[in-house]
Amino acid sequence: MLHYAYIIPLLPLAGAVLLAFFGKRLGNPLAGWFATLLVAASFVVGVFVFLDLLHRASSNRSFDQTIVTWIPVGGLQIKAALLVDQLSITMVLFVTAVSALIHLYSIGYMHRDPQFSKFFVYLNLFVFSMLILVMADNFVLTFLGWEGVGACSYWLVAFWFDRDSAASAGKKAFIVNRIGDFGFLIAMFLIFSTVGTLSYSGVFGAVGSIGPTTLTAITLLLFLGAVGKSAQIPLFIWLPDAMEGPTPVSALIHAATMVTAGVYLMARVSPLLSHTASSLNVVAIVGLATAFLAATSACAQGDIKRGLAYSTISQLGYMFLAVGTGAYVAAIFLMITHAFYKALLFLGAGSVMHGLHDEQDMSRMGGLRKFMPVTAGTFIVAWLAIAGVPPFSGFFSKGDVLMNAYARSPALYAFGLLTALLTAYYLGRIVFLTFYGPERWRTSGPEEVLPHESPAVMLVPLVILAIGSLAAGVIDLPYANLDYLARWLDPLFGSAERVLTFSTGAKDAFEVADGVVAVTGALLAGGLWLRRWQRPRLTPVFFQRAWWVDWAYDTFIARPSTALANFSAYVFDNEVIDGVVNGTATLVRDSGTRLRRLQTGYVRNYALAIATGAALVLAYVASRVGS
Amino acid sequence: MSGVAAAAAPVLAAAHPGPGFPLLTTLVLIPAGGAVVIAALPRARQRLIEVLGVAFSVAVLGFAVFVAVRFRVGDGGFQMVSQHSWITQFGISWKLGIDGISLFLVLMCGVLFPVALLGGRVRSNPKGFVAWMLLLECACLGSFLALDLFLFFLFFELTLVPTYFIIGGWGHERRGNAALKFFLYTFLGSAVMLVGLLTVVYLHQRSTGHLTFDLVTLSATQPFSSTVGIVLFLAFMAAFAVKAPIFPLHTWSPPAYTEAPAAGSVILAAVMAKIGSYGIVRFDFELFPKAAAQLAPTMLTLAAIGILYGAVVAAAQRDLKRMVAYSSLTNLGFIVLGTFAITTQGVSGGVLQMLNHGLFTAALFLLIGFIYERRKTWQTNDLGGLQKAAPIMAGVFTVAMMASIGLPGLNGFVGEFLILIGTFLSHRWWAVAATIGVIFAAIYLLWAFQRVFHGRTTGPNLHIPDLSWRERAVVAPLILAIVFLGVYPRPVLDRITPSVNRLVSHVEHGSTYRQPAVAKGSSAVPVSASVPAPAPGAP
Repeated sequence: MLHYAYIIPLLPLAGAVLLAFFGKRLGNPLAGWFATLLVAASFVVGVFVFLDLLHRASSNRSFDQTIVTWIPVGGLQIKAALLVDQLSITMVLFVTAVSALIHLYSIGYMHRDPQFSKFFVYLNLFVFSMLILVMADNFVLTFLGWEGVGACSYWLVAFWFDRDSAASAGKKAFIVNRIGDFGFLIAMFLIFSTVGTLSYSGVFGAVGSIGPTTLTAITLLLFLGAVGKSAQIPLFIWLPDAMEGPTPVSALIHAATMVTAGVYLMARVSPLLSHTASSLNVVAIVGLATAFLAATSACAQGDIKRGLAYSTISQLGYMFLAVGTGAYVAAIFLMITHAFYKALLFLGAGSVMHGLHDEQDMSRMGGLRKFMPVTAGTFIVAWLAIAGVPPFSGFFSKGDVLMNAYARSPALYAFGLLTALLTAYYLGRIVFLTFYGPERWRTSGPEEVLPHESPAVMLVPLVILAIGSLAAGVIDLPYANLDYLARWLDPLFGSAERVLTFSTGAKDAFEVADGVVAVTGALLAGGLWLRRWQRPRLTPVFFQRAWWVDWAYDTFIARPSTALANFSAYVFDNEVIDGVVNGTATLVRDSGTRLRRLQTGYVRNYALAIATGAALVLAYVASRVGS
Repeated sequence: MSGVAAAAAPVLAAAHPGPGFPLLTTLVLIPAGGAVVIAALPRARQRLIEVLGVAFSVAVLGFAVFVAVRFRVGDGGFQMVSQHSWITQFGISWKLGIDGISLFLVLMCGVLFPVALLGGRVRSNPKGFVAWMLLLECACLGSFLALDLFLFFLFFELTLVPTYFIIGGWGHERRGNAALKFFLYTFLGSAVMLVGLLTVVYLHQRSTGHLTFDLVTLSATQPFSSTVGIVLFLAFMAAFAVKAPIFPLHTWSPPAYTEAPAAGSVILAAVMAKIGSYGIVRFDFELFPKAAAQLAPTMLTLAAIGILYGAVVAAAQRDLKRMVAYSSLTNLGFIVLGTFAITTQGVSGGVLQMLNHGLFTAALFLLIGFIYERRKTWQTNDLGGLQKAAPIMAGVFTVAMMASIGLPGLNGFVGEFLILIGTFLSHRWWAVAATIGVIFAAIYLLWAFQRVFHGRTTGPNLHIPDLSWRERAVVAPLILAIVFLGVYPRPVLDRITPSVNRLVSHVEHGSTYRQPAVAKGSSAVPVSASVPAPAPGAP
């Protein structure tokens, strides 16, 4: 079965190509069902490949499959080759599973959109790119997937292109990501010039021959790439804006899958990362700082999707905190559970918007639980999961991260715990503003809104994801012989993975602390927001505007750059460079007397002379050809 | 052919005579014959003239494909050389030959001329237009194939004439000035080159007693001091730097590209610019390997400035054609950067990018031409929301744009990646600076795309027709090639690399420069080339 691994990315690619040409003919909703089916089939193939891998000895669970030699030039031989191992198949399974559900949901969510089939072209293309990203056996092919998901993100954020805000947000996402890509590219150049290969196995095998400074540079440059893709400080500014895209896109790309690519990359290069303590520290600190900054920002958002976006940034920060403390398994564990509950939160928000005429402003919601019981119920499950209330999945995955942070430094742990409190609080606020309290939608606007529950095709994914959010913790319980994910991934991370030496009592203490913090945050949210929906002092502008970071970029980088570009184009190029040229020409013309004819017919005559001459030469040559 | 064994290859390869039938000569003369035929037809037969023009250019394409099929993979030397003695008393001969570096430029010519003729049809006096276009194709092909310095100069000059008349005769409002500026700029450059060219021949004769304009013979010896070499290198560079263009000799190109008719812009940016970058590789590097190695940092700096400067200026444009003109400055900067990296990856990437840039720039200029036909403007302020009425046009534009941005999976990435990694191997910091250009490319292209295709659709932009079937057929081959070369560039790279290896060895042979071992790669030497002798053993 391993030999059929290439089918996994091939199916969504085939879907994208076929739908691009025949999607319109297939129509609505058949095009959507077709796309969904292909991704589901991809998941099934993934399961078979996983089972095959499972039957192998744990030391023998890596399989490399070359499809074609992509870029062969001299010492640089880039192959389009897939690497199937514990990490990539884990990623494949959760990516295809979540994608299939969100495809299904989209059939309902997008059913009135005139660009219905096009939406699924991009969605399938995205899944293909994401699968290449995680299955590639070398940096360059990963970069292909990396850029592919970025391009799909651009197209999907700007999907409703007639809205200027959507078009700008798509563009912003792509450009900010390019800054990260700069790091990724230079890292690849540095790796190749140091070890002469870009395949993962080759590079990791030669890690001993890389000097410590170079290794730090390589890992930090790769981290810059990850910071762009996974929206960390200082490049997180694109993700809140990316909420302009259709909500299934926010769920799939900007919550569950694409934004975790940076975390995946860091986990993939763990053999490099584990050899450089300074890079690990940077990753941990940036991750934690992002988690905190984004959590505070999430507390003050009025737009439901922007609130969830900051929450995503914050959770991604936790994943990097885990990576930075050498807890790769915890990072992947959190990534998987997060995919479930964050996708669920977004789809729930989408369901609310669907039933509320695309309303995203929480000040015009409230009391919706009576009208959308399934949406409300599943949304609350997701809240409890992300808050880390036991026994929901987030309790275990976040607990794992925090415990590892403590092992690295109690300060990291303390900040992490504070952020966990904020997490339980800000999502609680969203829950209460949306589903509880006074109904604020009826009075607002000229036309009356009648909220309604979404169709089954949208609710089924919600329910499945809710089950996942509740139960996904079982894949890695912190008890002997129940830590399946750790045992599955351990051979891959090997010595890179931190080994925890806490006693059972200490572990229990951590769990109690996590649980207490989660419940406290939730209760705090309830106490503050259950009855009141306006508390300006709790939502300061500083947090609303995410610590003014975006504003700072605009003021100190974007505006001066625009001015520079205008100066270069309209003053420097026109007046200075071309001015020198014209000045020289004028000088020559003025000092000479008869060159004035340049303007009249001289050039033309000369050109004709050349032409005639050339024609004669060619005629002459032609007459001699063959002689 | 391995890089090591290739050091002595040019002489060997050139010595082996072409096949009986003068393939390349025929290839060059078909469009010239076409021009003559068209010129002989009465003006009124417009339809016939247009059909014949396309037929001739398609015949060239067919012939070019035939040449490509005959091309031996793995041979880095000149192939299918057709040589005829000509002006014997001056050592001038009609000598054409093709190698991996010129092969794809010839093919690109073959593809782009019919595409330009079909996609950029003119209303007034098609007879003159088609005839000039065919003559221009002859001149371009000749420039890419000539192995005799005099012959090359003739073809190189010959490109000026049709271009001048095409811009001046069928261009837009301010065509007169643009054509004049173009002509003067390039003409001055080539005048300097002519002096350099004659000096090389003279110095060669003085030291060997043999008067010849043959490139292969001349490049085998460099009978001049390194200072003289640098001066001569710069003399050739003057012509090529204008043609490419290289910063700061670019100010003729925005007006020329803008005022030219669509077909003219396509050929100017996609084909003729490559005569400049190709000239650097073929003549500057072959004749003055030492100077090339010595001046590499200077040229890399100019290239890097061109990349960043072109991108910054492009970002400020409100005129689509000027935007693409400055993006060409950026792209040519990448090509020159890779060339002067003098590593296998850098030069191969540069050569590949000449083809890549030709394809996506041609597509962009054609699309801008299509927009102009509909809206009579290419000012972004007057456009907007075009995707609503013309989604297919927007899609095709997106593919070409993403290729230019360097999205992996499309052709631009492969060239850009090879250029940057090759440059990083030999000149790390220049590569880092140039990589910033990768960010910039996304900025100016996505901005332009948003202004033209996104946003609310208003006024006349609401009712423009989408691409017609003819227009789709014209851009389809370009889009297919862009995707194919992004996914499977190997057939092209396998043909380019041996010639690039030969060239890099040639530079190493003539200078103290050595490319890093990583670039060559020990495993890259095929088993068949078991000759262990390194460069010193070569004659």
